[in-house]
Amino acid sequence: MLKISNLQAGIEGKEILKGIDLEVKPGEVHAIMGPNGSGKSTLSSVIAGREDYVVNGGNIDFEGEDLLDLGADERAHKGIFLSFQYPVEIPGVTVTNFIKTAINESRKAKGLEPMPANEMLKKMREKMGLLEIDNAFLSRSLNEGFSGGEKKRNEIFQMAMLEPKLAILDETDSGLDIDALRIVANGVNKLKNKDNAVIVITHYQRLLDYIVPDFVHVLHKGRIVKSGDKTLAHELEAKGYDWLKEETVQG
Amino acid sequence: MEALKDKLESSFLVFENDLNGEALGEVHSRRKAAFDRFVESGFPTKRHEEWKYTNLKPILKHDYRVFLSDDNTVDFSAIKKFFLSDTDTYKLVFIDGYYSSWLSETTHDKFDICTFSSMLTKYRDVAEKYFNKALPKEEALASVNTAFAKEGAFIRIKRNQTADKPVELIFITTDHGVEAMSQPRNLVVVEENAEVSILERHQSLSSKPVLTNVATEIFALRDARVNYYKIQNDVHTASLIDSTSVKQYANSSVTIGTFALGNKFVRNNLNFFLEEEHTQSYLDGITIIDEGQTIDHHTLVDHKVPNCYSDQLYKGIYDGNAHGVFNGKVMVHPHAQKTNAFQQNNNILLTDKASIDTKPQLEIYADDVKCSHGCTIGQLDDDALFYMRSRGIPEKEAKALLLYAFANDSLRNVKIPALRKKLNRQIAKKLNVNLDFEL
Repeated sequence: MLKISNLQAGIEGKEILKGIDLEVKPGEVHAIMGPNGSGKSTLSSVIAGREDYVVNGGNIDFEGEDLLDLGADERAHKGIFLSFQYPVEIPGVTVTNFIKTAINESRKAKGLEPMPANEMLKKMREKMGLLEIDNAFLSRSLNEGFSGGEKKRNEIFQMAMLEPKLAILDETDSGLDIDALRIVANGVNKLKNKDNAVIVITHYQRLLDYIVPDFVHVLHKGRIVKSGDKTLAHELEAKGYDWLKEETVQG
Repeated sequence: MEALKDKLESSFLVFENDLNGEALGEVHSRRKAAFDRFVESGFPTKRHEEWKYTNLKPILKHDYRVFLSDDNTVDFSAIKKFFLSDTDTYKLVFIDGYYSSWLSETTHDKFDICTFSSMLTKYRDVAEKYFNKALPKEEALASVNTAFAKEGAFIRIKRNQTADKPVELIFITTDHGVEAMSQPRNLVVVEENAEVSILERHQSLSSKPVLTNVATEIFALRDARVNYYKIQNDVHTASLIDSTSVKQYANSSVTIGTFALGNKFVRNNLNFFLEEEHTQSYLDGITIIDEGQTIDHHTLVDHKVPNCYSDQLYKGIYDGNAHGVFNGKVMVHPHAQKTNAFQQNNNILLTDKASIDTKPQLEIYADDVKCSHGCTIGQLDDDALFYMRSRGIPEKEAKALLLYAFANDSLRNVKIPALRKKLNRQIAKKLNVNLDFEL
C-alpha cells in the first residue's frame, strides 16, 4: 500500500529526515515512536503533503502512484488521512459544513455526485454514536473553543466519515485523559479492517495498549534506528530512549 | 471637478425654472440653502480630513449628463436578476431617475410606499417635518443631492403597522451613449412601533461611466424597527456615492447592512444620530473587491443621550490592487452615560498590491460607558488551508470557504431569507467558487 524509500526531507534548509524506509501493507498497524525532535511529525506532514517541507530525495509510493507529485487534497482523495496533533480552529465553518464539503469534494474528484443529504445524515449519526459525540457538536464552529479531547475526537470523527485507506494518527494521545483516550482508540479499532492501514505516531507507549501495533519503529535523528513488534514499545517504555541512543552509537 | 461644479451650478438654474410654483415653498428653500453651501465649499479634496484616503478627482472628472432623458425603456427581463426571487415584495423602480409605474408595486393602503415626488405634493407636512432634517449640513455630496432632490422613494409605515412584505428600491441607469449622473433621494419614516425591511440597489446598464449620488434619510420613531440593506454590486464603470443618515428615537432598533461587492468606486457616508434613550443600532458591512476597485466606508454613531447600544461589524476582502477604507467614528457626548458602543473592522489582503486604510475614531466624553473597537489586517491562515486540503478540499475551494466564513458574521442581521440566499450566492460567485454555503 505505502512504500517509502530513502526519504530525505527538511524545512527552511534544515535537513530533518535523513533516509527513511518504511513499508505498510493493507490491514497493518504501524507505530512510529521516538523522542522529541526525531522527525515524527515531519514524516507525517511529508506523507500528507504539507508544502512547507522540501523533499530532497527518495520517494513515497502509494498504491503504485508517486505521492510526491500530488497536492495535499489529491492525496486525501487517494485515501490518505492525517489526524493532526494540533487541529486548526476554523471559526465560521461548522463541523457539519466542513465534513460535507470534504466528503463531496472527494466524491467530485472521483466523478461521483454529492452524497444525498439523508445518506450523509445517517452516516453522521452512526459515526457519532461510535465516538460518543452529541448532536450539538455538529453545529459548532470547527475546533473553535473545543477542549483537547473534543478536538481529537473530532479528528477521528472526520476519519470515520472519510473512510481513508491509510490513516496517520499524529500524537493523537496527547492532551487526552484516559476516558477520552479509550473512546478515541475504540473508534480507531472499530474502523480498522483488512483493507486499510494505520500509522500511529506517538511519544509514549500508552496509546499502544489500546491500538495494538503489528510493527513498532523507532525514529531517531531522522532515521529509523530499530524496528520490531509490539514488545519493542514496552521495552522503550521501561528503558526510555537514552538506552537506544547509546546502542545506535555503539552499533 | 471644477467643470462638473460649473455644470451643476448652471443646471440648478434650469432645475429651479422647471419647478414653477413649487420653487416658492419651504422644501425649495432647503434645497437652495444646500446648494449655496455646496457652491461655497465645492467638492471635497484629499485635504479634507474626511477624504484623506480617497481621491474623488478621477470620479468627478467626467462630463456627466445631469438631466437624463426619459426616452429609454427597460424590459423587466433585462433587470429581473436584480430583484429578489421567490419572495413577494413591494417595488419602487426608477429608470434614469424617472419612476416606472409598470415595473413597480406600491401601496397607500395601511402605509405609504410611493415616490418622493408624490410625497412632496401629497404630504407637504411630512416634507416640511423631515426633508433634510437628518443629513449633516457639512457633507458636500449630500448637499448637492439635496439641491436637486426631486425623485426617489418615500416610505412611511404608520404607527403600530408592520409592512407585510419587504420593499425593494431599484435604480437603473440606461445607456445614453454619454457619461451619466443621477441623484435619487429617499425618505423613510417609520412611526411609533412600526416595522419595515428595505433593500436598495443601483444598477447601470450603460457602457459609459455612471455616477450615482444618492441620499437617504431614515427616521425611526419610538419603538420602531427598521432593517435597511444595500447591495452595492454594480458594473465596473459605475461609481456610487451614498449619504445615509438615520435619526433614532426611544427604544427604536435600526440595522443598516452594506454589502459592497462591485462598482468601480463606492463611498458610503453612514450617520446615526441617537436622539433618545434605549436605542439599538447595528451597522454591518461586507466588502469583497478586486483589481481597480475602491470602496470607502465612513460611519458615524453619535451617542447624544444615555443608555444606547451601537454595534458595528465590517469585514473586507481585497484582491488585486483593490483599495479599501474604513473610517468609523463613535462620538459619546458628556451626558451619554451607560453607552454601549462596539466597533470591529477585520480585513484580509489577498495580494501585496491590495490595501486598506482603517481608522477607528472614538471620542468619549462620558465616564460610565462600555466602548470597544478593534481592527485587524491579515492574510489567509496557511495552517487552516493545509488542514482543509488534507481533508480533500482543493485549495481554491478551501480559500473560498475560509473567506466566506470570515465575511459571514456580517450577514448576522439579514432577516429576509431570500436576500440572505442571494447574498450567499453573490459572495460565492465573487469568490469564484461553486460551493453550496447554505448547509
